[in-house]
Amino acid sequence: MKNKKNSRQGLTLKQKEAVTGYIFIALPLVSLIIMMYYPIIRSFFISFFDWNLLQEPTFTGIENYKTLFHDEVFRTSLVNTIKWVLIYVPMSVVSSFLLALLLDRKLKGAGFFRTLYYLPVVCPIVVVALLFVWIYNTDYGILNFLLKNLFGIEPVGWITDSRFSLFSIAVMSVWKWAGYNMLIFLSALQGIDENLYEAAAIDGITPWTKLIKIKIPLVMPSIYFVMLTAVIDAFQMFTEIFIMTKGGPGYSTYTVSYYLWSNAFEYSKMGYACAMAAVMFVIIMTVTLVQNRIMNKKVQYDA
Amino acid sequence: MSKKKMKALFVYMGVGIVAILVILPFAWMLVSAFKSQRELFAYPPTFFPTEWKIENFIEAASRGSISFWQMFLNTMKIAVPSTVFNIIFSSLAGYAFARLRFPFRDTIFMCFIAAMMVPFAITLIPRFLLFKDLGFYDTYVPLIIPIMFGTPFSIFLTRQFFMTLPKELEEAAIVDGCSHVRIWAQIFMPLCKPIIATLSVFQFQSSYNDFMGPVIYIASDVKFTVQMGLSSFRNSFTSRYDLIMAGSILALIPVVILFICCQKYIVRGIAMSGLKG
Repeated sequence: MKNKKNSRQGLTLKQKEAVTGYIFIALPLVSLIIMMYYPIIRSFFISFFDWNLLQEPTFTGIENYKTLFHDEVFRTSLVNTIKWVLIYVPMSVVSSFLLALLLDRKLKGAGFFRTLYYLPVVCPIVVVALLFVWIYNTDYGILNFLLKNLFGIEPVGWITDSRFSLFSIAVMSVWKWAGYNMLIFLSALQGIDENLYEAAAIDGITPWTKLIKIKIPLVMPSIYFVMLTAVIDAFQMFTEIFIMTKGGPGYSTYTVSYYLWSNAFEYSKMGYACAMAAVMFVIIMTVTLVQNRIMNKKVQYDA
Repeated sequence: MSKKKMKALFVYMGVGIVAILVILPFAWMLVSAFKSQRELFAYPPTFFPTEWKIENFIEAASRGSISFWQMFLNTMKIAVPSTVFNIIFSSLAGYAFARLRFPFRDTIFMCFIAAMMVPFAITLIPRFLLFKDLGFYDTYVPLIIPIMFGTPFSIFLTRQFFMTLPKELEEAAIVDGCSHVRIWAQIFMPLCKPIIATLSVFQFQSSYNDFMGPVIYIASDVKFTVQMGLSSFRNSFTSRYDLIMAGSILALIPVVILFICCQKYIVRGIAMSGLKG
């Protein structure tokens, strides 16, 4: 209690402040180390072992990585992830951006529509996946019925035909996440300085030029953000696959996360799964860094 | 019709079409949940059920390996402590990072921020092994512990918020010899109610919606969470889409209630999560 009286002298107060600071962050820091940093290191460590949990782990060096390099299923999972990104990202970015453009104006009921569009985002992914399994059902699904009766299209095995399965899950994801991305674009659009529009109006530019020259460039950081998130999520996609296809038909919807999970928890190949996690870690970090680079270089909007 | 009115008409048409696309799947879930099995597979399908079978909901709620209510309680046992403690520990740390000076403060903070970018797959297996070795397999501990002591995202957000508050706020209190715990509890926390609400909603939702966590750690069916129970529905009643849809609606009810009550905070949360990119 004397410290308080001597607080003018500074030193004790400063030390006291530091101690308080460490006490405040102590548990989160311990948790961070045990739950994040220690597992990261241990994961790399385990990846050099052959370990099925029943026997003692045996050191195999880079054997797991060698196997991984020649593993057809892993390659398919990677290709699927890339395919997914190529299908999902354009659909998602374009549709969410159009939605944001629609709602970026004075509109009666804008709040209502925003809320409505956001509803799928808060839905548990399990619920959404089960719902679309029913909608996509080949024989009794409402989608095939509508397509047949409106356009005369023969029934399609949306998630049972390997040609469509990835695409169908992507469509579902666009439906689920459009509201989220829309809100991000919307807040970017609403952050645009009104003066820019006024200046543009004086110059007499068309709405099209306004879109191309003002809106899109200024929303670019958000577009990069949405794309980066989509790429990272693609590697981590698990629940949709688990509920809807279990990776099938064939290996057509295997994602890296799903293959990793099945190696670790179905086949108990812990070392192999950790090697996969390491590769994934490197890929995601590379994507993040590259995209940050592009963003810092290309996106200049503070002019 | 004037050009302006034409434009408004097009905008409303666009907005309306999207609204229908959003609503239709939900509507289909709702009507499917009320149909009898025969009607569910009828051709051509009916939209509204000829006979509204409320029994489907009762059956869905009771026919799983445990009742839906029990699954809901199980989920609460995870979501409530995770959320409450997360807010307390994260905001304390956020306060320290925003307001207190101590050696290596910014380095430590960077370690938290860097952890936000780490994909979960890399920590998945070692975490599982750790909890299994400690005897926590098939308990809720592995689902609560990693969250309850504060998560980088919550710490980051509370810190950012505390930084915007003026210094004068606590200066008088410090001169009066008020401890930092009291400043945090009596000055800072009351001021950041909105951000606490946002974080609570987010954290609660992510615990409630989590699927992979329970799948990995929970084995006995008396401990199933809502999401797990729902997924196991699909295995136990393969083509009983009436029951699966009814169960889905039951699982959806808490989320929708939360969403309607806390909409403001959820929308704000998005704006903030967009900021981190």
